[in-house]
This record gives sequence, structure tokens and C-alpha cells, in this order.
Amino acid sequence: MLSFIIRRLAVAIPTLLILVVFSYVIMYAAPGGPFDMERALPPEVMDNLNAKYGLDKPLVVQMFNYVYNVVVHFDFGPSYMYKNQTVNDIIAQGFPVTLTYGFWSFVVAVVVGMSLGVMAAIYHNSWLDYLAVGISIGAQVLPNFVMAPILVLFFTLWLGWLPGGGWQGGQWQYVIMPVIALSTSFMASIARLTRSSMLEVLNANYIRTARAKGLPMRRVIFRHALKPALLPVVSYLGPAFVAMITGSVVVDMYFSTGGIGVFFVNSALNRDYSVIMGITILTGALTILFNLVVDILYAWIDPKIRY
Amino acid sequence: MALLEIKDLAVRFETNDGIVSAVNGVSFNVREGDTLAIVGESGSGKSQTAFAAIGLLARNGHATGSVKWDGQEILNLPDAKLNRIRADEIAMIFQDPMTSLNPFLKVSDQMEEVLTLHRGMSRRAARAECVRMLDAVRIPDAAARITMYPHEFSGGMRQRIMIAMSLLCRPRLLIADEPTTALDVTVQAQIMDLLRDIQNEFNTAMILITHDLGIVAGSCARTMVMYGGRIMERGTTAEIFANPTHPYTLGLLEAVPRLDRKEDTLPTIPGEPPDMLKAFKACPFEPRCPKADERCKAEVPALERISETRVRACHRSPEEVA
Amino acid sequence: MILNRAKARELETAQIGAEIEGRSLWADARIRFFRNKAAVGGLIILILVGLFAAFGQHMTPWSNEEVDWGVLGQVDTMGRPSFESKHYFGTDDLGRDLFARTVQGTQISLMVGLIGALIAVVVGTVYGATAGYYGGRIDNVMMRIVDVMLSIPYMFVLILLLVIFGRSVLMLFVGIGLISWLDMARIARGQTLSIKNKEFVEAAHAIGVRPSTIIRRHIVPNLLGVVIVYATLLVPTMIIFESFISFLGLGVQEPATSWGALISEGAKQMQYGTLWMLLYPLFFFVITLFAFFFVGDGLRDALDPKDR
Repeated sequence: MLSFIIRRLAVAIPTLLILVVFSYVIMYAAPGGPFDMERALPPEVMDNLNAKYGLDKPLVVQMFNYVYNVVVHFDFGPSYMYKNQTVNDIIAQGFPVTLTYGFWSFVVAVVVGMSLGVMAAIYHNSWLDYLAVGISIGAQVLPNFVMAPILVLFFTLWLGWLPGGGWQGGQWQYVIMPVIALSTSFMASIARLTRSSMLEVLNANYIRTARAKGLPMRRVIFRHALKPALLPVVSYLGPAFVAMITGSVVVDMYFSTGGIGVFFVNSALNRDYSVIMGITILTGALTILFNLVVDILYAWIDPKIRY
Repeated sequence: MALLEIKDLAVRFETNDGIVSAVNGVSFNVREGDTLAIVGESGSGKSQTAFAAIGLLARNGHATGSVKWDGQEILNLPDAKLNRIRADEIAMIFQDPMTSLNPFLKVSDQMEEVLTLHRGMSRRAARAECVRMLDAVRIPDAAARITMYPHEFSGGMRQRIMIAMSLLCRPRLLIADEPTTALDVTVQAQIMDLLRDIQNEFNTAMILITHDLGIVAGSCARTMVMYGGRIMERGTTAEIFANPTHPYTLGLLEAVPRLDRKEDTLPTIPGEPPDMLKAFKACPFEPRCPKADERCKAEVPALERISETRVRACHRSPEEVA
Repeated sequence: MILNRAKARELETAQIGAEIEGRSLWADARIRFFRNKAAVGGLIILILVGLFAAFGQHMTPWSNEEVDWGVLGQVDTMGRPSFESKHYFGTDDLGRDLFARTVQGTQISLMVGLIGALIAVVVGTVYGATAGYYGGRIDNVMMRIVDVMLSIPYMFVLILLLVIFGRSVLMLFVGIGLISWLDMARIARGQTLSIKNKEFVEAAHAIGVRPSTIIRRHIVPNLLGVVIVYATLLVPTMIIFESFISFLGLGVQEPATSWGALISEGAKQMQYGTLWMLLYPLFFFVITLFAFFFVGDGLRDALDPKDR
């Protein structure tokens, strides 16, 4: 098991490096720098600024310094736009918010989606099945940017139950709508996936064997059918996680939650390279870490996989 | 009194293409210690007869008629009641040992749960008993190998595990559904030997479902031949082999390769098994029967008793067939 | 016109080809597809939406850029959907006709969806089939690259590309298409691998059929079903991608618009009670996605040999 993890890490680290180099090169090649203003700055000011941020050195040196600082000091450098803040400050400010609603969205999508799928499969062709299928088909066409305005329309404008935006340190009223908006379409995909794989498993010969042994239905489902049925769902969790991180951009923009998404878009619009890099690398690292966890989970469930 | 008493059993499946009548008016008994072979080609309804008896039909299946176990009606009982009989009194082993064991659970987990559930044993005691049973079916080094996963065993070994698992509660009836079909010929013989030994040792009644008449001869006292969801002929195995009274049985017997005959090609029964979507108004075997006449097309032959041990369903007399 | 004729000829030859390959497979699939009510319903909706995008502009006197000065400043009362003012869907907050804008947005969204999916399918299929066909170390390296790329937060990279190289529909196509070929590549590789080991390919090898002929006559036709199904399901995904980007204001540029941009504008105006600005584009977005999903599911059921 340990060697399996080490081998996966050995792939993960180059991946991350590729990501860093790739985004650095794109930004370097991009027309326009962070200090291009409407009114051109005097050349000596420009040189000073470039020298201060190390932008006067050759590309390779810049990149090496950057990677060195990130890896050794966990320092993503200063922000070009937010004058008094470092990238670390911004990440420390935005990440806890994103992680909070991201975590809950993930939990909701997985728990509700899986339960809905399992129930639908067990009560195949009953009203419960039709309801679950209906919900998951309906929710499939409701991505986060569609869900967000619809939720605000209902819960804020019509019913007046929930505030239309803000974070307030993560009080529950402010968390609910971002979580629903972010999780709905993934909940639907997970439910569909779970249902179809559970139906397939319930038709398997070994389930008939389990029933022939006189096991109660509950035990047949939870002990014999659940693990194999959830295997394809587990492999979907990686992509779902990536998409949820991405969805934080919409949530932060629409609900003004103040997560990293809004910093990312603003920095992108203002060419604040260091912030963009920092956020991209961090989410990339998180994604890779998460995929590693999913891989381990997969290997743990499926005894046929040898590490 | 008969252990298992099946009367007028019919099984229907609702499918997208229409209603399939898989089993029609099947009746037979199995006594304590009896061994009955149900023979027929695929689609003849032999497996579905067994599944219906212990309530393992697929969701879209529906059974009517009567199945009595120990004098009690058990057909269409809710799972909760059937679960007390399954494995404990009637155990079943299946055709494909590769897929009949759960690939995600250790062999020990799959075996022990039978005993902890039906016998209320502790896991420790259950483990000991499972190892003993694996020894009995000649799995080498059972104590160590019991914690392995099914995919770490060969096909023959897996079928031995299935057999061991089915015997854990010393059932009074063992239903073996094509236990050797998926296995190599040499392994087939070993498994059949094992089943025979176990049958003698535990005095378990057995229903052997197979399409292979070759393995019936040495292992079952009685034989029932099915075709198109109906009984064609039933009798002691010796009678059936020596003196078949149904054209279908005759065809099956001729298709068994034999060492005492010199042939270049094996005789086959021409034609295909019937389309079970159609309701039969004639003998189901009529289209393939070399001896069919007008009456065979017009009405379904009734099951008639011709001796103490034999029944048959054919319009032509036994003399005409033989 | 030339394009149409070329298309017609292509379809003709495809028909002949299909008949030689064995009519029953495709005919079978067609029968099964048309028996599926949801799929046929989806197809009809798609045709209607397509007609709306193609000819909708002729049904209104307004263009998508023209401001109706008569409603400006009182959009929430004068800009309501009505037949008298010929603003069938009302106007947006700047007094532009929403019907014309929805027609235009539908054109862009459908186009991005179709072209994005096409790029993804072509790149993915070629890549995946190559990896699957050659196998061994080449396959290993190629799929490893896909794995690496899959763990990159793509939307961020796309946003980066759009910001740095300027927003344009072309960049959007390329960016979206290039992100989405990865899954297609995996699917195509898996299919190629399994087809390669099928008995009929071995049989063809054994009787000495040339590899190029094997690929053309055996592998590609068998890959086609899966590719078609996946492409159908990819289009709505592409539409969602584009709408996502446009919702953030990084997609198409004014005065051009798309469903995502329209939904975003409508959502911003919601609190003033001008709900039509949100609901009309949302309606088209939702029914089109539904239709694509139903058609995709229908095609899968019709073409997937596993369910036969």
C-alpha cells in the first residue's frame, strides 16, 4: 500500500511542476504586463517596479526563484494588484470560505446522490424510482449558474427566507444557497450513476447466491451489493471535485461569498499574475491530492487491484 | 411424505417483447435422500423451475401453482419467511462459479455469514466449521486459504467452495444448477464425484439440473426430461436410459458421445428450441420431432402415467417411439 | 448551397456504405430509436430550436442591437412581453428586443456546442484510437499524458487563456474543445482495445486482410456508435461550458450574446421584477439541454450492443 502511494506521488509531483511551468510560460508570453496602465508609467518607475518584483531577470531565473520560494518557503510572493497583500494573505482569506461551502456541497452531492440512486435501484420501477429518476434528469440541466439565480428568486425575493449573498463568517443562512447551487447537478449525476450501477449489480449472479443463502434483503444490499455498486461512483468523484472547485468561481461572483473564485477572476482581469499562479497551483495540488485519495479508496474497495 | 412437492407450477416473465411462459404445469416430488436429475437444453425451463421453488425468480417473473416443503406451502412466500428455509434446509449451487461468489468479499466472510445467521454461531466457531467443510470438499490448506478472495482460486476450486458453502447448514435438499457446465472436463468429473460422495455422506436429497445426460447416469436415481417449459418424460434413470419413450429423450440420448459406438459424426436434434413468447397449442417439440403427425400439431399431449415410476407426454405410443 | 449538395452526397455514400456493412445493424438501431418516445420528443424539440435559431430573426421587426427608445427608462412596465409592441419576449434593461437577442444567443450557443463537441470528438477519437491500436509503450505514455492533464483545473486555465489572448469566439471554441477531448480519448481507446481483441478482427487477420482495411472496415464502424452517442452527450456539456464562461462575463462580446450571457443579465435584473429577462433564455437553455440528453440516451439505447 505504501509503495502504491509513493508511486502515485511520484507521478503527482511532476504533474504539478508541469502545471506551474505551463501557466508561467503562458503568462510570460502574454501581451501586456501587470503594470501596463491607461497612462504609461515613466520608464524609470517601470524599471524599478520590475526590479522590485524580479521581473527584469530572464524567464528561467524567474521561474526557478518562484518555484524555489513556493516549495521551500510556501511563499507565493506579493500580489501585484492588492498592494499591501501577499498571495499568501489572499489565499488565507479566500480558501477557508471556498473549502467550507465546497466541503458541504461535496457531502450533500455524495450522500444525497448515492442514497437516491440506491433507493431508486432497490425499488426499481416504483414511484420512488420514477421520482428519483425525474429529480436527477431535471437537476442535470441545472448547473450552478442556473441554480444560483433560481434559488435567489425563490428564497430571497419571493419567500424572503435567506439573504441573497454575503458570508458573515459562514453562518448557516449564508451557506445554504451556495451549497445547493454548487451540488445540485453533481448530486444528479451521482444519483444516476449509482442507480444504474446498482441495478446492474443487483442482477449479478453473486447477489442471487447471497439471496439463496437466506440473507435478509438489508444484508444483501449493504454487505454484498453496495461496494461493487459504488465503485464506478468513486471514480467519478475526482472529476466532480474538480468541477466543484471550478464552480466556486460562479458562487463567489454571484453570492459575494468572498472565496478564492472572486480573487481568481479579478486577478485574471487585472493580470495579477502572482495571485492567478498561486490559486492555480493550490487548486491543482488539491485536485491531485484528492485524486490520490480516490485512487486509494478505489484500490481499497476492489480486491482485484494489487498495488 | 415427500420432502418437496411441486404441483402445476407455471412461471411467466413479463418482457418488453411480451409474456414468456417459461414453465408450464410442472409437477414432481422429491423424497428424503432422493436424487432427481432435470434434463433439457437451455431455455427448457429447468432452472426457472428451481428458482421459482425457492423464490429466486427475477423481478419480472411470476409463479403460480403449488410448492410444498415438508407439507407447508412455500410458493410466493415473502422473503423474510423463505430466508429461514434457504441455505438452512434447501441449499443451491449455481452454474458459473466465476461469478456466483462475491468478488468483493473474502471467502471466509461469505461462508461464515451463513452460520452466524442461521445457526447463531460466533464468528470463531463459524470459522472453524467453514474450514472443516472446505477440508471436506478437498480444498488444500483450507485454514490459510479461507481468507483469500474468490479471484485467487481456480474455477474448479471456486465450485468446491460453493459446494462447501451450500452444505454448511446440512441442508435436506441440495439444488445443483448446472454445477459443471462452466468447468473443464476433468474438473467436471471431480466435482461430480464430490457431489456423489457428499450425497452419500450427508444423505442429502439432490436435484441436479443439467443439459448433459452423460453426467446423469452415475449420479441420480431418477430423471425428468423437460422441453419448452413442460415435462416430456420422467422415470428412474435406468428406465430412461434403457427404454426411452419420448422422441426428445431419444434424441438427447443419441447426442451423448459414447465409447462403445464407432461414429464419425454425433447425431444432433435438428431445429432450434421453441420461441417461448408463443403460447403453445401443440406439442412444443412437434416442429423438431421426427415422429410428429397431425394430432401433435393440434393439441398439447397430456402427461400420462404408464407405470409406477414413469410418466410421459406424447401422442404416439411408447412402441411407436422406440 | 454547395455545402448542402456536398452534404447530401456524403449522406448518400454513407447510406450505401451502411447497406454494404449490413443494413440490419443501423436499421435496427433506427427502429429502436424511433420507438423511444422521449428521444423522438427530444429530436423534435431540437429541430424546433434549430428552426428558431435559423429563421427567428425574420419573425420580428427588431434587431438584436437596436435600442427601442420608447421603452428606455421604464423597461419594467413598457418593456414587458407583448404583441402590440412587437417585443414578443419583452426587452432587456437597455431596451433591446429580447426575442431578437434570444435568437442570436441560441445561434451562438448551438454553434459553440456543436463545434466544440466536434473538435473534442475528432481530437479525442484520433488520439484514443491511435493509443489503443498501437498499444504497449506508446499507449502507456499517451494515456499517462491524458491522466496528467485530467488533474489540471481546466476552467481556470481556460479563463487564463481568454484573459491573456483576448476574448473571442474562436478562442472559446479552441479552449473548450481542447479541454473536452480527454474523456473522448479514454473512451475511444477502451473501445479500440476491446474491438481489437474481438474474434472477427482476429479472423480478418487470420485470412490475411491488410491492417488498413481492418481499421477501415472493422474498427471504425464499430467505434462509430459509441462516438456518435458520446458526441450527442458532449454538445450539452459544451453549451454548459460556454454559458458558464459567458455568465462570468468572459465569453462572447457585446452586442453578440449567448444563453449564458442572457441568463447572467436576466439574473442581475431579477430584483426589479423583470423576470422575463431571465426566464425566456433559461427556457431555451433548459429545453435544449433536456432534448440533447434524451436524444443521447435514446441513441445509446439504440446503438449500444450491450443492451441487446
